[in-house]
Amino acid sequence: MMRKPLNLQGWLLKLAAVLTGLFMLMPLMAVIPVSFTPKRFLSLPKGDWSLRHYQALMTDEAWLASISDSVLVALASSVIATVLATAFALGLWFRQPRYGGALVGLALLPMAVPPVVSAVIIYFLQARIGLIDTYAGLILTHVIMVTPFAVIVMLTATSRLDKSLELASRNLGASRMQTTFWVVLPNLKFGLFSAWFLSLVLSWEEIAVTLFVSGIDVITLPKRIWDGLRLNVDPIIAAVSVILMVLTTIAIVAKTLHEHHKGKSGS
Amino acid sequence: MAARLNIHTIAMWLLPALFLAVYLAPLLGVFGWSVSRPEPGAENYVRMLTDADALNIMLRTARVCILVTGISVLLAYLMAYHWVFGSPARKLFMELCIFIPFWISVLIRAFGWVVILRNKGILNETLLSIGAITEPLTLVRTELSVILGMVHFLVPFAVFPIASVMRQIDSRVLLASRGMGANPAFTFWNVFLPLTIPGVLASVIIVFVFALGFFITPAILGGGKIVMIAEYIYIQMFQTSNWGFGAALSIGVLAVVAAMAGLLFRVIRPERLVK
Repeated sequence: MMRKPLNLQGWLLKLAAVLTGLFMLMPLMAVIPVSFTPKRFLSLPKGDWSLRHYQALMTDEAWLASISDSVLVALASSVIATVLATAFALGLWFRQPRYGGALVGLALLPMAVPPVVSAVIIYFLQARIGLIDTYAGLILTHVIMVTPFAVIVMLTATSRLDKSLELASRNLGASRMQTTFWVVLPNLKFGLFSAWFLSLVLSWEEIAVTLFVSGIDVITLPKRIWDGLRLNVDPIIAAVSVILMVLTTIAIVAKTLHEHHKGKSGS
Repeated sequence: MAARLNIHTIAMWLLPALFLAVYLAPLLGVFGWSVSRPEPGAENYVRMLTDADALNIMLRTARVCILVTGISVLLAYLMAYHWVFGSPARKLFMELCIFIPFWISVLIRAFGWVVILRNKGILNETLLSIGAITEPLTLVRTELSVILGMVHFLVPFAVFPIASVMRQIDSRVLLASRGMGANPAFTFWNVFLPLTIPGVLASVIIVFVFALGFFITPAILGGGKIVMIAEYIYIQMFQTSNWGFGAALSIGVLAVVAAMAGLLFRVIRPERLVK
């Protein structure tokens, strides 16, 4: 008979764990009914559920513009971040320089620094070169903020690569470029996808630094939600939140299934 | 390996070079602001340590961060324990409760708390309808709401290092303790807990650092009344245009975080925690 090594499964502990779990889910659940209120202010529907706030969201030009700004910035910055992170991880893997640790530290720096300090740093730069409130400025901002996460994913992926792969390819007469693009990169497919996906989600949600460097011309979806929360609490925010929660949950499930499938097929 | 400067060297330097130019160099510029605006000198730093407003906000930030860290790590320990050692059903439940909130936007999570805690929010309406209170309690724009929102945001970050250490524990050690007649409580306090301390310390430092520079949740749930250091920096920069003072505060936060990170590297070897 298998015995639990540590039998601390008292009812009190179980109850505490369940309560903590519910505490984690509660604020997410609370938003759902509010999004269906027929009223113009935050309230719970009392049997009179309505889709008016979802409809408003689909027709409001300001919200639609923010969605397209967010999509554009997230797509551009996630692709750039993935390319930079991949080049960095591959270069390190091939060269393995003695000062590699310092380079990794530099590449991860914006992740370790508190967001508000990053925001001040990036604001300082962009005020100097006139990038505040432009697409280019926002994309650069998001690249700085999300690339460290892509770097972690790519470093993990390259750490699992066998160094003899390179030797074999080179021995068979492949050039440096051929080895990189035909032999090594295909082996990093899954890492590449993960890095891109993570960058996409992080950029899509980025708000702390975005607040400092955007404003009038470019307003991402999180920035518009923030403005809405600060000025007036409109139930349209609840509708946006529910849609975003559904999308996030679908993305997590899809990613988990993808990983599961990948685990089964073995590479 | 004929040429030193091959394609891989260039690829490797692309990102660090970019970050040197767009992150590290501007950081020096921010430091420059802190000692040059409005006038050259250390007056911004003097003000930081003497101004009553600034001191109050730093004190509140420290108090809230310590409370938030304590509560988050405690809850995270409980969740990590059930996530790692629970029955399959409980494992799945814990995983959902950790990962779904973790991936959902910080704004939505803060907004959820507004919906619950507002004067006409779900909690007040419920308490009123069951007659537990006769007047709505003021819950938003209080330290309590800020703490609740921050704990909610930070628990997943606290869970990961603790769970990672718990997974590495050799269960034979625990069986040995039980086999030699120790009861579960004794085994927990004298064997299990000490083995998980490195994860707990990592959690404490990560959560504290996050809480310190964290901006969105305190600003939304504090509603301009419960201002913490990050929002104070924002106000200094954009509402009162005290560029130098805002810069000095940023450098101050950065110094505290650097000290905490140094501590993290001393106390535990973080590379052990990422599996």
